[in-house]
Amino acid sequence: MKKSVFLGALTVAGIIAGGASAATLDEVKARGKLNCGVTTGVPGFAEPDASGVWQGFDVAVCRAVAAAVLGDGNAVEFVPTTGKTRFTALASGEIDLLARNTTWTFSRDVDLKFEFTGVNYYDGQGFMVPTELGVASAKDLDGATVCIQTGTTTELNLADFFRSNNISYEPVPIETGAEAVQQYIAGACDVYTTDASALAAQRANFEDPSAHVLLPEIVSKEPLGPLVRHGDNEWADIARWTLNALITAEELGVTSVNLEELSAGTENPEVNRLLGTEGELGSMLGLDAGWAKAALGVAGNYGEIFEKNIGAATPIGLARGLNAQWTDGGLIYSPPFR
Amino acid sequence: MTTLADPHKESFKLSMLLNDTRYRSLTFQFIALVAIIAAMAFIGGNLVRNLAEAGLNISYDFLGAQAGYDINQRLISYDSQDTHGRAAIVGLLNTLIVAFLGCITATVIGVVAGVLRLSPNWLVRKIMSFYVEIFRNVPVLIWILIIFSIMINATPAPRAFRGDNATASMWFFDSVAVTNRGVYLPKPIWGTGSMLVVGVFIASIIGIFLFRRYARKQLFDHGKMVPTLWPTIGLFFVPAILAQLVMGSPISLDYPELKGFNFTGGAQIRGSLIALWFALAIYTGAFIAENVRAGILAISKGQTEAAGALGLRPGRIMNLVVLPQALRIIIPPLISQYLNITKNSSLAIAVGYMDLTGTLGGITLLQTGRAIEAVLLLMMFYLIISLSISFIMNIYNNSMKLKER
Repeated sequence: MKKSVFLGALTVAGIIAGGASAATLDEVKARGKLNCGVTTGVPGFAEPDASGVWQGFDVAVCRAVAAAVLGDGNAVEFVPTTGKTRFTALASGEIDLLARNTTWTFSRDVDLKFEFTGVNYYDGQGFMVPTELGVASAKDLDGATVCIQTGTTTELNLADFFRSNNISYEPVPIETGAEAVQQYIAGACDVYTTDASALAAQRANFEDPSAHVLLPEIVSKEPLGPLVRHGDNEWADIARWTLNALITAEELGVTSVNLEELSAGTENPEVNRLLGTEGELGSMLGLDAGWAKAALGVAGNYGEIFEKNIGAATPIGLARGLNAQWTDGGLIYSPPFR
Repeated sequence: MTTLADPHKESFKLSMLLNDTRYRSLTFQFIALVAIIAAMAFIGGNLVRNLAEAGLNISYDFLGAQAGYDINQRLISYDSQDTHGRAAIVGLLNTLIVAFLGCITATVIGVVAGVLRLSPNWLVRKIMSFYVEIFRNVPVLIWILIIFSIMINATPAPRAFRGDNATASMWFFDSVAVTNRGVYLPKPIWGTGSMLVVGVFIASIIGIFLFRRYARKQLFDHGKMVPTLWPTIGLFFVPAILAQLVMGSPISLDYPELKGFNFTGGAQIRGSLIALWFALAIYTGAFIAENVRAGILAISKGQTEAAGALGLRPGRIMNLVVLPQALRIIIPPLISQYLNITKNSSLAIAVGYMDLTGTLGGITLLQTGRAIEAVLLLMMFYLIISLSISFIMNIYNNSMKLKER
């Protein structure tokens, strides 16, 4: 008995010992590859395409960071993680960056010792039901069976929502999104709940997307963003400012089309600082002067990445909504580059 | 002739620890023990130091914190306001339920399949070996998933029962509903006076035992065959039903009824429990069948022939002569199969059954981030369950063992 307890402790100790090292930037440079944790497959956010190349909104963050650090957006090792394994993978050092629809919460930031480096998608938990049920509001769901992915903030929000509205439900916990969809389609649950963006993404893959509706209630705040381990602030800065570079580029009108032209030098000092023709921002991060240019060179700015992967023209068809630039009435806002 | 001198008293020398076979094994055992303790201390110290460096500590305070999540199947009252500790207990009870049901069903399936594998009938024998080979050669997780997905796709959703042109209907005079969310059965409601009916029922069961003992005594003492089948059935049903009628039906049934999204009322056996239970039972049953077959084959053929010569029929030979002896060989491997069922039940989360691994090792672990504490506690719980099963089964094994005098 003692032996097995200690073997278990040994495993855990090994995991934690791996996470104690500090200079992630040097490690990534020495390895020549960024290990980036993504989902096991959510259309539009992170999913391998027909030729096995990872594509998606979260994947673009990984590629941008890899380009900023290593100069090559393809120097990424994608590590698929489940809701359960993601934090262990990051804490253990198996991955350098987690870009996986992860909600920024107090306890994850403070208690689990992670560093959220910004928000790349403002989401909220929604409900999807078959149209034939004729449900118009989540408050009509009294007695419904609800499919829910375990290990997320979703189940806590769900419990709170039903309790505060004083209605009952039957939770059906499920390990992965794919299994949840399978049960939902078979009618083993009436409702499928998760982040509204993921619901839209899953619905796009259904045989008949119009047979399912998203209910108007959004029951939680789910700011999704990339995160790194506590304790390596240099690395966290790189991840944070790479994301900010993508956002600022959209605000300043730097796109993949005019990137080369603008990086030759412009009238606008902020663009020059961003693209490295003016100032020392790159070396302050421990990177090349052209780090942001390299990051933008992979897939363009935040808006371009959004439209290409999950925007209105894609099967997922998400509107910008809260995720519009602050200048357009959204919440996407980057601190200044100076 | 000289008197025998006292043997020369050897003084102990340090080199004897290595050179003298009397001490050598002790020396090496001691060295091994010290090495193991040192290794464990190093690992444990490393764990504590690394945790401290990462700013973490080992603390079980989270067990008293509010859990915040709901669990669908619960034997004791629980809601999202209760603590993580209570959620773990709910999960523990769910593990025990499925392990208990699984062990019993697997034993029944295993014994039947094991006996039938030795059947003289070619078709029966082949069907049983097909069953054994198919089930024990595919991982149990795959079986759980296959059975669950067949269940949710082959049975109707509750909404198929609704409306005038419903595509599904309830069974047994509208009392049982089989849906892809589980099976809904009528639930007994215990009214006043129902204890009396239960008392009568228990008394009639005792009566059945006494009657059968009497019948056996008649057979052994006077060679008289007293018919037992019909009196047993009569005793089982008649007094309890009479009591129920005389008392004015204190026990009534609550029938499931389609209301809103789901059936309400009655008792629900969830699909996840059925799938997990069935998959564990049929998978482990295949292993038990092989144990039973081995046990039966180990009994010398002379026993069967001797019993046959006495005029016993094949069924009686099996029940009275072969199986009781085979049991001594079957029980020890049976214990490990029971342990396997208990441990394999931790795959429950694959079908959304909230067992101990799903609550304490799943949601609680993820919500609190207390991985080490939760996993250690989880190991302790499984260890206690497994050791208890082994303890009980070992007592049974000792009572069945060949008594040598």
